[in-house]
Amino acid sequence: MASLAIVVVIVLSCLSAPLYARWAGVDPFTSTLDAVIHIDGVEVPVMEASTEGLGLGYTPIGPTWELGNYFLGADNQGRDVMARLLYGGLSSLMIAAAATVFTLIVGTTAGLVAGYFGGVTDTVLSRLLDILWAFPIYLLAISLSIVTITAGISIGPITIESGSLWLPVIIIGIVYVPYVARPIRGQVLSLRNSEFVLAAINLGVPGWHILWRDIQPNITTTLIVFVPLMMALNMLTESALSFLSIGVQPPAASWGTIIQDGQALLYTRPLVALAPGIAIALAVMALNVFGDGLRDALDPRSKVQLGRT
Amino acid sequence: MKKLLLTASAVTLLASASLAPAKAEYLQEHRGGTMRLLARSAAGTLDPHINYTDQGWQMYQPIYDGLVAFRKAEGMDGFTIVPDLAEALPEVSNDGKTFTFKLRKGVMFSTGQEVGVKDVVASFQRIFKVSGPTSGTFYAGIVGADKCLADTKSCTLEGGVVGDEAAGTVTINIVKPDAEFLYKLALPHAVTLPADTPAEDAGSVPIPSTGPYMISAFDPNKGMTVSRNPHYKQWSAEAQPDGYPDVVQYDFGLSEEAAVTAIQNGEADWMFDALPSDRLAELGTKYKDQLHIAPLSAWWYAPLNTRLAPFDNVKARQAVAFAIDRNTLVKLFGGKVLASPVCQVLPPDFPGHVDYCPYTKNPGAKWSAPDLEKAKQLVEESGTKGQKVTIIVEDTAVSRSIGVYLQSVLTSIGYVADVKPISANIQFTYIQNTNNKVQMSVTQWYKDYPAASDFLHILFGCASFREGSDASINIAGFCDAKIDEKMQKALDLGVTDQVAADAMWAEIDREVTDQAPAVGLFTPKRLDFVSKRLGNFQFNRQFNWMITQSWVQ
Repeated sequence: MASLAIVVVIVLSCLSAPLYARWAGVDPFTSTLDAVIHIDGVEVPVMEASTEGLGLGYTPIGPTWELGNYFLGADNQGRDVMARLLYGGLSSLMIAAAATVFTLIVGTTAGLVAGYFGGVTDTVLSRLLDILWAFPIYLLAISLSIVTITAGISIGPITIESGSLWLPVIIIGIVYVPYVARPIRGQVLSLRNSEFVLAAINLGVPGWHILWRDIQPNITTTLIVFVPLMMALNMLTESALSFLSIGVQPPAASWGTIIQDGQALLYTRPLVALAPGIAIALAVMALNVFGDGLRDALDPRSKVQLGRT
Repeated sequence: MKKLLLTASAVTLLASASLAPAKAEYLQEHRGGTMRLLARSAAGTLDPHINYTDQGWQMYQPIYDGLVAFRKAEGMDGFTIVPDLAEALPEVSNDGKTFTFKLRKGVMFSTGQEVGVKDVVASFQRIFKVSGPTSGTFYAGIVGADKCLADTKSCTLEGGVVGDEAAGTVTINIVKPDAEFLYKLALPHAVTLPADTPAEDAGSVPIPSTGPYMISAFDPNKGMTVSRNPHYKQWSAEAQPDGYPDVVQYDFGLSEEAAVTAIQNGEADWMFDALPSDRLAELGTKYKDQLHIAPLSAWWYAPLNTRLAPFDNVKARQAVAFAIDRNTLVKLFGGKVLASPVCQVLPPDFPGHVDYCPYTKNPGAKWSAPDLEKAKQLVEESGTKGQKVTIIVEDTAVSRSIGVYLQSVLTSIGYVADVKPISANIQFTYIQNTNNKVQMSVTQWYKDYPAASDFLHILFGCASFREGSDASINIAGFCDAKIDEKMQKALDLGVTDQVAADAMWAEIDREVTDQAPAVGLFTPKRLDFVSKRLGNFQFNRQFNWMITQSWVQ
């Protein structure tokens, strides 16, 4: 329950990002290098120029610990880190959730069809999944991102612009399809030979009907357990891609892009990178613990195998 | 006037004579030791005929020699051409199309073999045989170069580079007079290598050298060891002076942060890469005596594609130039000490530079403030408001910051802008290729040699634009027939009257700036952080810090 509470708090906090930015009077996507704020009634520039020695460099203001007033300080564009952290979380959660839905839909369909129909269908689908699985996940995701980062995707009438958040959603969604499809296929293979399915087949019930009415309800538990675990995985992948500049594109924020921005400030303003890092760790840990709890609660005997076995 | 000159020369000679022992004393006192340099990565191939990087060119200075060289002197004196392997500057004849060099005797390669006429001739052929990156530009004017470019393997440069073993001379014929030809000969791409050097990229294999140092070990993943050339004897202190350290150990692989710490701790003497921005304040305060700031002949700019909407409209381009706050960009680069705002193409203190800034609140000589109202008005007039613009930047901290800032500027004047950081390894070629349809980008240009044409003609000449090529350095795709004709006239005029030519380049600079095919952002300065023990730091405007002219003991 504690993990669910943490997840709920994170989600609600991230959903409040636009409200927070409006309340704080900041635009987290625009450079504000000349901005000035007030701390204890004293006017302070957001980017502090070095006045000693040779006068080299500008340092963004550190945490004020005052909500609505650069609580976590500024980044190297003079933007409010707290506001960006909330917006970044929103992007990361949205991408992770959408990619999870994509993976579950495609993976479940592939697993159901391959496991139920067997034969050539199973062979073709299984080999396709094998090919996808043969690539190291991050290498595949990075390759797809690099190919699509400047030109986007255009397949027939479907066009996704290069800056669209749908790009990371689809890329992350695709690379994890085998992780869902394989265990689902295994379960369907076993269900396919169960008595109630054989009886339905012998009674002449159409295959799609059996899949939908008889088999699908039996794998729902597995799918439910997959949701938080895939969310956690997707969130990590999104952060990694964004950190490498091939996920969410600036000036939009995600936890990965904020860590990247903070990388250049590790020495003077470590919190810029640490805050989203902590947020990712917390969210992923909470989702994993919640996923495990969910699995135990729904079906203590089942052991969902994620990853290669 | 002549008498005055003679007197001045005599004074200079006397001064040199009195200074000579000082240098000799210094050499005796400080000679020796191992200098330790750091860089994030190696500079690519070791081959001086191919390597086209600042890092490589800087390191080649005490290692290789050509017929002429840029003077190894501090500041602007480093732009002066002096004889190197040649005894004197060449005799120029045939209306400026023939250069005859008399080769010095007694200069040895690090193998112990004497440098001869055949080595010089073979080296010029090799520039083409290895398809050197500037063979089709800097050296394309040599007679016979066209055949060499068409068929690199059988290149002879017949009639172009002619050696006379008996007289010890090398004669170079060019197809038309070129005021910048000696500059081109003084670049590392034209250094003399042994005649039997394989006609292929040497990669990681060091090529024997003539200077006081030679590359004795190289591993592109670990480092490079440069040690004394046992066969070197100083022949010209101006062209190739002896150095202080016995060994220069150049290590690769440390991050910039780690390199700064290593220098602070006295474990290294210098780092090639730019200092991390979050260390600047600390270094400028606590280590100011170990920092050296020097101006660079360089330009950070944002090319605007004149062949794609919205920047095929001059008003749209000018609007961007008016809107950008150069002071903000200077801040992003590290502050006023490290960069200066600019509007025009030619950098300050560069031949042909005359202060000019039409894109500021009060147009005049210098930039003062952005004019957003004017920018918005121009966007309206251009009819391009609401169009989508993508800015392609390098995936480095500074470049990405600039891109993000420019995105907000474009948004503020009415465009729908986004920014794409892509790997620094591919960004420069990516933005050149017209197939990628890049509307706007952020990049830098560092001079090859001190001539206005190296900025204006190279970056905005019609010949520099190549459709669908990764090597189309005219990134903006700018081609104005009148301006191009004027550039040719200025190049021709430079052969006979460099002062008049520079005045013409100043006009061209203004005309190109008015057309705004690129927006000047700022002129950067070089910031070198050295160890406490490193002495005699000298910065040469052509090739930056003269590594072996500093001592470590």
